[in-house]
Amino acid sequence: MNERYSRQTLFSPIGEAGQKKIREKHVLLLGAGALGTGNAEALVRAGIGRLTVIDRDYVEWSNLQRQQLYSERDAEDRLPKAVAAKQRLLEVNSDVKVDAYVMDATPSEMERLLDGVDLMIDATDNFDARMMMNDLSQKYQIPWIYGACVSSYGICYTILPGETPCLNCLLDQVPRGGMTCDTAGIISPAVQMVVAHQTVEAMKILVEDWAAVSRKLVSFDLWQNQHTSINVSRMKNESCPSCGENPSYPFLKYSHQMKTAVLCGRDSVQIRPPASREWSLEEVARTLAQQEVKVELNPYLVSFTTENRRMVLFKDGRALIHGTQDETEAKTLYHRYFG
Amino acid sequence: MKLRINGEWLTVPETVDTIGELLGHFQLDQRVVIVEQNETILEKESRSDNKVQDGDSIEIVQFVGGG
Ligand SMILES: [Zn+2]
Repeated sequence: MNERYSRQTLFSPIGEAGQKKIREKHVLLLGAGALGTGNAEALVRAGIGRLTVIDRDYVEWSNLQRQQLYSERDAEDRLPKAVAAKQRLLEVNSDVKVDAYVMDATPSEMERLLDGVDLMIDATDNFDARMMMNDLSQKYQIPWIYGACVSSYGICYTILPGETPCLNCLLDQVPRGGMTCDTAGIISPAVQMVVAHQTVEAMKILVEDWAAVSRKLVSFDLWQNQHTSINVSRMKNESCPSCGENPSYPFLKYSHQMKTAVLCGRDSVQIRPPASREWSLEEVARTLAQQEVKVELNPYLVSFTTENRRMVLFKDGRALIHGTQDETEAKTLYHRYFG
Repeated sequence: MKLRINGEWLTVPETVDTIGELLGHFQLDQRVVIVEQNETILEKESRSDNKVQDGDSIEIVQFVGGG
């Protein structure tokens, strides 16, 4: 075995046999932001066989504080994250095959990329993508690892199809309108802690040490010195539409996807999130007000301007993003500011 | 009243009577969370009925979206 992996193979739960398994595995990473770059670097250094990385965004200066694969040059060039990540990853370990996709992946596009994938890792910034991954995981029986962070807080949970409760079992509703990294900020230790949880879970799955996989929902707040883990095994719901006895995989359906439309002649994009519900505009305004933006609130909508884009959010979750005709950019901004 | 919340002993006002009020105290009542009280996971519907008592061990996990 290669000298490169000697310290990892000395670790007995992996060993030479585990390293060989890692080498044969294909991981799909959705998102190449903070969690995505951390996971990608760790897995590529660990010597996986193949990595598929998907991201819709490009590198900006505000990413460099925590998104470890990117350089100032990437931000200057506004390089797509998937492209910049691939370049850096191949410098780190040229033995790994890296497939990079610059796109806002829909369920059907994801389905085409899942052939031969052993594990999916969540490095997205929104629950629409996570619920899609959760249904894909159940439909194709591929494990996935949920991870998320904001401010100094982080959370991680591993989903093994046919065994653990899925993400849909744990949620009484799809979280919307909470804090995001762009409204509450984020410090890199919180990112690294989630990355550590996700990559160690990934290693256990890749070497097929199923008994070692954590069945717990873990979370922490590094600034508040809080750590917790909850055994959620009893939350498995037999009638869950994603993992129950008669699954319908609701989040793979068109009706559950975010819709966008360019408004002709208005230099604006309209965004309609799946499953409308009443938003608390006061809550959204309060979160936004913590930043240095002027927020306007009335009983029907909340609006503010940032980066030359004016954003207006209505009570039903619908939003108008003014100053762009780029639907992907509009979606990115929506998830950034409204979750 | 002293409660052990996510592994840390915290003092909360005596006016906090139920799990629902505790979530309100931490401004988590609008958020999607899982709450475990003395190692039992609570149904969302029962949070407003479940009383908190001095010395309770409570775990609160909030689902966040950033990444
Ligand atoms: Zn489920």
